[in-house]
Amino acid sequence: MRNALGAVDTVLLLGGRSEIGLAIVERLVRDGARRVVLAARDAGDTPPVIGAAEVHLLDFDASRPETHGEVIEAAAELVGDLDVVIPAFGVLGSQAAYDADPVAAARAVAVNYGGHVSAGLFAARRLREQGHGTLVVLSSVAGVRVRRANFVYGSAKAGLDGFAQGLGDALHGSGARVMVVRPGFVIGRMTEGMSPAPMSSTPGQVADAVIDGLRSGAEVVWVPGRLRAVFAVMRVLPRAIWRRMPR
Amino acid sequence: MTFLTGWGRTAPTPARLARPRSAREVAELVRRAPGRGVAARGLGRSYGDAAQNAGGLVLDCTALTSWSIDETTGLVTAAAGLSLHDLMTALVPRGWFVPVTPGTRHVTVGGAVAADVHGKNHHADSSFGAHLRSLTLVTADGAGRTLTPDDDLFWATVGGMGLTGVITEAVFRCVPIETSRMRVDVERTRDLDHTLETMTATDDRYRYTVAWIDLLASGGRMGRSVLTRGDHAGREELPRGADPLAFAPAARLKAPPWAPGGLLNPVTVRAFNEAWYRRARPATGLLQGLAPFFHPLDSVDGWNRVYGPRGFVQYQFVVPAGAEATLRRIVSRLSAEGVVSFLTVLKRFGPGTPGMLSFPIPGWTLALDIPAGRAGLAALLREFDGWVAEAGGRVYLAKDSRMSAETAAAMYPRLGEWRKVREGADPGGVFRSDLARRLLL
Repeated sequence: MRNALGAVDTVLLLGGRSEIGLAIVERLVRDGARRVVLAARDAGDTPPVIGAAEVHLLDFDASRPETHGEVIEAAAELVGDLDVVIPAFGVLGSQAAYDADPVAAARAVAVNYGGHVSAGLFAARRLREQGHGTLVVLSSVAGVRVRRANFVYGSAKAGLDGFAQGLGDALHGSGARVMVVRPGFVIGRMTEGMSPAPMSSTPGQVADAVIDGLRSGAEVVWVPGRLRAVFAVMRVLPRAIWRRMPR
Repeated sequence: MTFLTGWGRTAPTPARLARPRSAREVAELVRRAPGRGVAARGLGRSYGDAAQNAGGLVLDCTALTSWSIDETTGLVTAAAGLSLHDLMTALVPRGWFVPVTPGTRHVTVGGAVAADVHGKNHHADSSFGAHLRSLTLVTADGAGRTLTPDDDLFWATVGGMGLTGVITEAVFRCVPIETSRMRVDVERTRDLDHTLETMTATDDRYRYTVAWIDLLASGGRMGRSVLTRGDHAGREELPRGADPLAFAPAARLKAPPWAPGGLLNPVTVRAFNEAWYRRARPATGLLQGLAPFFHPLDSVDGWNRVYGPRGFVQYQFVVPAGAEATLRRIVSRLSAEGVVSFLTVLKRFGPGTPGMLSFPIPGWTLALDIPAGRAGLAALLREFDGWVAEAGGRVYLAKDSRMSAETAAAMYPRLGEWRKVREGADPGGVFRSDLARRLLL
């Protein structure tokens, strides 16, 4: 249960090796969460989260939506009510590679969007039954307005962002909620070798913003916060200018 | 679905609400319990999540209000949903008073049993459970059982926070009074040591005592208090012509339905505390009504809203006699941190009841209200939890809304024994609450 000061007891991380996901879990544990479920492909070798009283590992394959319901139920079996669920799986890929291999592009979209739809709906069903709990959806500014430089990834994030908002509205009044997180460029394992874009952040900074958002009950969290204003402008920029954006 | 919170207005969760009108209806609802279980609720004065049940069923028991009194013995039989306010309104004019009342009259009899409430007379009369003759409990199988102090389930239920079943009736002894007035002595103390010394030395002269601490006073004045001690006044002490047993208290003020966060800040609270301390002129033999003496906050309807939209938490702990150092450490830390608490109340506890999860133990109890939005509050209270547990003390479950399951297990050494009795009465876990989920009770 979430307590009066916003701390939670149980966390499920889908994509149990995600840098951002683990950074969020570590902070939740520091704030008092005691029971953690890490679900990942070949979960056996996932590092434990330091400090949690219980860490459980589950196998999870984002590309097999038919298994997602079982994973959510197995997690609830292990720790009881799920206070926070974080689907943190995804692949970035490069637009050039997707241009060369459209099948690989479709597979990436299946994980980045489709996987989140099934995991998100299964998680929402559980949270709705519980009457409480937060689904943290890691969207991206790439999905707020899709750029030519990474439109396969961006379009999946656009779909995910819309899905998360719709799901949040559907859950309104049930006690369960969705929090949409929109980071800009995140310097980390996923973006290794790329030069950081302006207003980039680290997984730790994203996690800090998520914790603040959970505490205040925010519906949307931008990381860094000033991207909210920047994208208010970006969203209405004329297309002829937008398509010349460098990246 | 209806969203419910405790009196602190934090962490709302939705539940289906049902309002049974008889013990039989309670039993039917329990028999048809949904998968998320059942929790009983009275007037919602528990500060945290004790009467919430996310996704499940909550029984609003306030329609169960029948009662009777045997005027020769003072034994009252009351349905669980009857409020102490309604009970007093009926009893006081007949010359009887409840054996124990908390700081508000707006609690139900069932809640008073489930939280084993204490009052200003704990050092003299212990808690509510000590005055119970029997109680009726609807257990998980839907059966109504009458329990006496000889039953383990009785003492698992007294202070058991409603998790052994739904209390539908209680029988307890009331105390005879000649008047509806209190004879009150007021005294101011210089600092915490002076407060503790005075209370220890003079407590047994009064049936009811309480100290209000000015938490924002620091340095040499840290812990300065206003002591209020009293007894029921006799008929001969009243002025001629006064109706000795008149009792018709009503809330005179209404808190605004909405208050901005941050209304209670160090400046406003310091000003209030200073004024309150100065206003409390030392006096002896002051005549005061029952309501202003026992329930001053009840004169402001909905005072919990003053804490703003984020609500507040109440931290009430007890440390055993001899652990005054822990009390001093906490008060000095609160004072140093400038923690804003509108009301900080110190009391001395006498012997507790055999209630397995009952809160009071002989020693000192301090209660304070803090706005939930205060930065660093979680860490500060976690630190206090550690000190309290180490001293052999505990935090009150009826007030708690934020401690951890580990802390609760460390503070309540009879939790294992309680679980065993509860497991016997409710093997399928029909009775649940958000509090129970949070603390793994």
